[in-house]
Amino acid sequence: MADIPLIRNFDDGAVFAFRDRRPIRVEEFLAEAHRLAGLIPDRQYVVNLCSDRCRFAAGLVAALLRRQVSLLPPNSTDDFLNRLSLDYPAVYCLADGTAQTSQLQTFLYPRPTGEPAPAASSSRIPEEQVATIGFTSGSTGRPRPHPKSWGALAKSGLAAFERLCLGAYRNMSVLATVPHQHMYGLEATVLMVMQGGLRMHCGRPFFSADICAELEALPRPRGLVTTPVHLRLLLAEANDPPKADFLLCATAPLSPQLAAEAEARFGAPLYEIYGCTEAGQVATRRAVESPHWRPVPGVALFENEKGTWVKGGHIEKEVLLGDVIEICGRDAFLLHGRTTDLINIAGKRTSLAHLNFQLNSIEGVRDGTFVMPEEDDGSVARLTAFVVAPGLTSETILTALRQRIDAAFLPRPLCFVESLPRNETGKLPRMALDDLVARLAAKAG
Amino acid sequence: MKETLSNNALTAEELKLAQLIVSSLNLETQAAEIDPTAPLYGEGMGLDSIDVLEVALAVSKAYGVKLRSDDEHNRKIFNSLRSLNEHIQQHRAK
Repeated sequence: MADIPLIRNFDDGAVFAFRDRRPIRVEEFLAEAHRLAGLIPDRQYVVNLCSDRCRFAAGLVAALLRRQVSLLPPNSTDDFLNRLSLDYPAVYCLADGTAQTSQLQTFLYPRPTGEPAPAASSSRIPEEQVATIGFTSGSTGRPRPHPKSWGALAKSGLAAFERLCLGAYRNMSVLATVPHQHMYGLEATVLMVMQGGLRMHCGRPFFSADICAELEALPRPRGLVTTPVHLRLLLAEANDPPKADFLLCATAPLSPQLAAEAEARFGAPLYEIYGCTEAGQVATRRAVESPHWRPVPGVALFENEKGTWVKGGHIEKEVLLGDVIEICGRDAFLLHGRTTDLINIAGKRTSLAHLNFQLNSIEGVRDGTFVMPEEDDGSVARLTAFVVAPGLTSETILTALRQRIDAAFLPRPLCFVESLPRNETGKLPRMALDDLVARLAAKAG
Repeated sequence: MKETLSNNALTAEELKLAQLIVSSLNLETQAAEIDPTAPLYGEGMGLDSIDVLEVALAVSKAYGVKLRSDDEHNRKIFNSLRSLNEHIQQHRAK
């Protein structure tokens, strides 16, 4: 097994990050990460909630240097962090002040000492060392872990760089609206930067006006890593978005119209990444050129009776994809939406089984189910929930749900019914649920 | 200048903003029933971060006010319908 460097493709003295518009050199970053490695608690697992992207990266590197595993929770609800602390008793939280949790023992990111840290070179980490564990929500409410080795992470960062940037965007500065704790953000804004010699923007601007201002302030070449939701709102609000050199979008396919508009107004090619927590990135496309997706270097798709799988490249274990996929020749495929049970709202994923489990575990709820409405015009679809819960108010149920699930999945509307249209085997036929939704719509209309 | 802010009744301006929020988010709530002092995020109206961005877009179109995070009072702005309305009224393009 080989050792793989923490960072690659940086010249001496190159800029690694921009914080508050000031550059952080690659040597400073490494020195900071080594200093942090000497200070963090002696524990096996860490939840890195640092909101500053460069401090998050330093925390990731420090954990690698200390052979600690970074856990990547899909959300930081109290319930999820509680479960994590049960499954991983030796876990602590690394936080930089703004994001904190009362659920885990927290180590605050130390303030800079002011003294110049000893120069540190790029260390190498064993390929097989477990670096992160991502989670998907299982149907029993228990998070399902997906460990990744440092070799797999570094390979995926390098693959993205080779596929998307390939020297054409040497030293590109990367601004992102996505969190770095999720697989897409981790790969595109942390690992691709570390392995591709790029520069990261430490922040995560929120409003459209913030995103435009921060992008404008970065030196060119510069790229924006975002989601369909942010891109749609940004294009709707900004009259004259700043020019960019590279746009990257993921979490759900973009319409070709929105992709074309984004390319025209930012003056940059827009690439999309398709992936999932289990496999990481799987394929890319440029929608204005073709609706087909191309697997990233080394990755291949295959089919069996269970569905479509991916393997190879940075993917350590074959992964069954949660989407309906049409393979079109050796190196291309089309995406046809999610398989039935899986839910994707604004890039956050879960399963109906998980949501139903959480709803039915609320005291006083006798029966309940979530329903995914039919997709419509590209705006964010929200879930409907039907619940049988005499004696409970919708506030009580929503408060209980808020502690258990990500806010994006909260039902809107939450409807009280006397009973659910279960059939004799106890199942809820989709048609009966559709009838219920239609009756509700008629009542509202 | 300012009305007394001690009660929970919507002013005419607040009602207009409430209607804008309800229509841009397709909420079930009646605009007139929104408590102007209740938090917009999380508990209270229950908006999430995507909703807040949708509201920011609607506000920018309707009032010409662009919301910014580095605004000193940003945290306070989304405290309630009332604080959001005050911010908009102070900054709206005449």
